[in-house]
Amino acid sequence: MSEVSYVRTEMLPEREPPATTIGVIGWMRENLFSGWFNTALTIVSLTFVVMLLNAILPWIFSPTWYATSLGECRDILRGMGREGHYPGACWGVIRDRWVQLLFGFYPSELYWRPIMAFLLLGVALAPVLFSDRVPRKLLWFSAVYPFLFPWLLWGGPIWGPLMVIAGFVIGWFVYRAADKRAGGLAGIIAGVLAAVIWWLLVSGYVIDGVSAVLPIGIEAVQSRNFGGFMLSVTIGVVAIACSLPIGVVLALGRQSDLLIVKALCVGFIEFIRGVPLITLLFVASTLLNIFMPPGTNFDIILRVIIMATLFASAYMAEVIRGGLAALPQGQYEGADSLGLDYWQAQRLVIMPQALKISIPGIVSTFIGLFKDTTLVSIIGLLDPLGLSNSIRADAAWNGIVWEIYGFIALLFFAFCFAMSRYSMYLERKLNTGHH
Amino acid sequence: MKKTVFLGALTVAGLAAGAAAAGTLDDVKARGKLNCGVTTGLVGFAAPDANGEWHGFDVAVCRAMAAAILGDPKAVEFVPTTGKTRFTALASGEVDVLARNTTWTLSRDVDLKFTFVGVNYYDGQGFMVPKALGVSSAKELDGATVCIQTGTTTELNLADYFRKNNISYEPVPIETNAEGQQQYLAGACDTYTTDASGLAATRATFENPADHVVLPEIVSKEPLGPLVRHGDDEWGDVARWTLNALIAAEELGITSANVKEMASAAGNNPEINRLLGTEGNLGEMLGLSADWAVNAISAGGNYGEIFARNIGENTPIGLSRGLNAQWTDGGLLYSPPFR
Repeated sequence: MSEVSYVRTEMLPEREPPATTIGVIGWMRENLFSGWFNTALTIVSLTFVVMLLNAILPWIFSPTWYATSLGECRDILRGMGREGHYPGACWGVIRDRWVQLLFGFYPSELYWRPIMAFLLLGVALAPVLFSDRVPRKLLWFSAVYPFLFPWLLWGGPIWGPLMVIAGFVIGWFVYRAADKRAGGLAGIIAGVLAAVIWWLLVSGYVIDGVSAVLPIGIEAVQSRNFGGFMLSVTIGVVAIACSLPIGVVLALGRQSDLLIVKALCVGFIEFIRGVPLITLLFVASTLLNIFMPPGTNFDIILRVIIMATLFASAYMAEVIRGGLAALPQGQYEGADSLGLDYWQAQRLVIMPQALKISIPGIVSTFIGLFKDTTLVSIIGLLDPLGLSNSIRADAAWNGIVWEIYGFIALLFFAFCFAMSRYSMYLERKLNTGHH
Repeated sequence: MKKTVFLGALTVAGLAAGAAAAGTLDDVKARGKLNCGVTTGLVGFAAPDANGEWHGFDVAVCRAMAAAILGDPKAVEFVPTTGKTRFTALASGEVDVLARNTTWTLSRDVDLKFTFVGVNYYDGQGFMVPKALGVSSAKELDGATVCIQTGTTTELNLADYFRKNNISYEPVPIETNAEGQQQYLAGACDTYTTDASGLAATRATFENPADHVVLPEIVSKEPLGPLVRHGDDEWGDVARWTLNALIAAEELGITSANVKEMASAAGNNPEINRLLGTEGNLGEMLGLSADWAVNAISAGGNYGEIFARNIGENTPIGLSRGLNAQWTDGGLLYSPPFR
C-alpha cells in the first residue's frame, strides 16, 4: 500500500460565493433585475414610487403642528416660501382635535374609563385569543367582562349590570328546574322566558329599589357624548363579539333537519343579507322612532349595535356554513359512530374544524364590519367621519380635508392590520398539517 | 281577540303620543334640559369646538331658548342631525326644537306637520365662479358645469333658474360641502352653487379668496328658521317669542352688556319694560318666569350681537347684514310688538 494519496485527505475551506450572488446585490439581481423585462419593470416602478414620494413627502413634512387655524398654517408655509395649491399639510388640526377624534364628546375627566375598558378588553380577550400562553383562570374574567364593559363606558349604578347577571342566573335555575320536570326544549323555553321577564319587567324596579338603599355607582355618561374612535370601536367590538356565536347558531340552524328552525334561519339570513346595512341603520334611527311611543328612550347606540350585530351575524352564518360544507361527510359519520350526541359532535368534532377552515372568512367579516361602523355618520352619530365634518365646520379649520382623513385612515389601518395579522397567527397555530 | 288587543295597544300608544305632545314646555322644565336638533356641522351656524362645546348662529337660538325657559344657557343637549334624519328626529320627539338652517317651505310646514316659528336668517342660493372665467352674471353661465349637492332644494332651484332663462348646464353631483370645495378648486366644475352664506364661508377658506367671485344673482328664497312640531302651540309660542325677543332687543338697543342694568328697574320705554318683565306679565302668559327675556338676551346677546359674533363681517365668514338687517335699516327683520 503506497503512502501517496490520490485524493486530498482534508477538505478545502469553503469560499465565499461570488459577490454578485449574495447580499443586497445578489438579492437585487435575483429579484429585481433578473432579465431585461424585469429590469424594465423595476425601473418603471421605481420611477413611479419616487415621483409619488416626491409629491407627497414635502406635503407631509410641514412644520404646522402648532398652528391654530388654516390661515396660520398658510402663513407659516408662505413664510418658508412654499406656495401653491397644496404647499403643505396643516397638522395643527390634528393637534387641536386628536383627542376629540378618539373620544368624541366624552367628558375629559372620565377618559380613564374608556381607556380602562379597552385595556381590560385586551385582558379579557387574552385567554380566548392566546389560549396557550395565558392561564385558563383568566377565563372567569372574560366571562364577567361583557357586563363590566358597558358599565365602564356608560356608568350609572353598579346594580344595572349585576341585575343583568342575575337574569342569567335566574334563567339557568328555571331551566334546570323545568328541564327535570318537562324535558329539554321546555326547559330552554322556560329559562329564556324567565330571564326575559326578569330583565324587561322586574329588574327595573329592583335596580331603583336597591340604588335608593345602596347608591353605589359611577357617573353616568349619555350616549350622545360618545363619538370618534371610541364609538367605532364600541360598536365594532360588541357587534363582533355577539355576531360570532349568533352566526354559529344560524349556520347550524340552516343545516338543521327541523323545518321551522331551518325556515327561520334561512329567512333571517337571506333577508338581512338582501338589505344594505345603511337601510338597517335608517330603520334603527328613524323608523323605530316613529313606531315606538314618544318618550320611549331606546338608546340610539344600542339600536345601532343591534342592527350591526344582526347584519354581521347573517354574513358570519354563511361564512361558517362554508366551513361546515368543507368538512368531509366522514367527520360527521365518525362523530356519530363514537356515540356522540348532536351537541357533543358539534362541540368536539365538527365546530373546531369548521371554524378553523373559516378563520380567514371570519376575520374578513370582522374587518368589514369594523369599517362599516363609519356608516353611522349618515344617521347623525359622530364617529370619526362624522366628526371630520364637524371639525371642518369650525371656522378655523374649514377647508381642511386630507389631514383629517389621513389621520382617520391611519387609525383604521392600525386596527384592521392588527386583526389581519392575528388571523394569520391563528392559522399558523391551528395548522395541524392535513396535507 | 288578538285584533282587539292590538287595536287597544295602538290606541294607548296614540293617547300616549297625544299626551306627550301636549306639554313640551312642561317636559323640558321637568327634564331640566332642552333637546335641540342642530346640524352635524356647518360653518358659522353650528360646530363643536375642541372641548365639545357647540357654537354658532343656530346654536345661539337654542341657548337663548334654554336660558328663557330654564334660566341656564348651558342646559341644552345638542342632537346632531343630518339632512336625512332631521325631520324624523323632530317628529318623533327626540328633539324639542330643530334649529338647523332649514328652509321654510309650504310642504314642510303643512305636509310634514311642523310649525316654523320665524326666520333667523334670510338666505338665498347664489353662484361662485373663478374670476378668471370672466363671468359677471349667472345668465352668462350657458353650458357651464355646475357643482351641486344632490337631494337638496338647491338642485331644484338650479333647474328652475336655468330653464326659466333658457340656458343649459351640466350638473356635477356632490354629496357634501367639503367635496364641493375640493371639486370646485380642482376645476371639476366652472361654478359652485349653494346658499350664499355657504358660498361666503367656503370662499373665505380659499388660499386666494380674491380670485373667486360670488355672482350678484340670488336665484331662490331660503328663509331659514327654527321649527317645532304641529299641535303644541304653547311650545311654539315660547320658541317664536324667544326669537322675537332677540330681534326686538336689537331694535330697542338692549344688548348683553346693558340688559341687566335696564332690567334692574323700569325705565322710560314701556316696550322695553314689558319685554324685560319690569312691567306687565308677558312671561307669565308664556308660562315662563318674568325675566325670561333678560335671560335669553344675556345668553348670547341680541340678534345683532349673535350675528356679528358668528357670521358677521368681522368673522372669517364675513357676511353683511343685507336682508337680515332690522326693518328700520332696510332689512326684513321685524318683530311683532311685545304688548
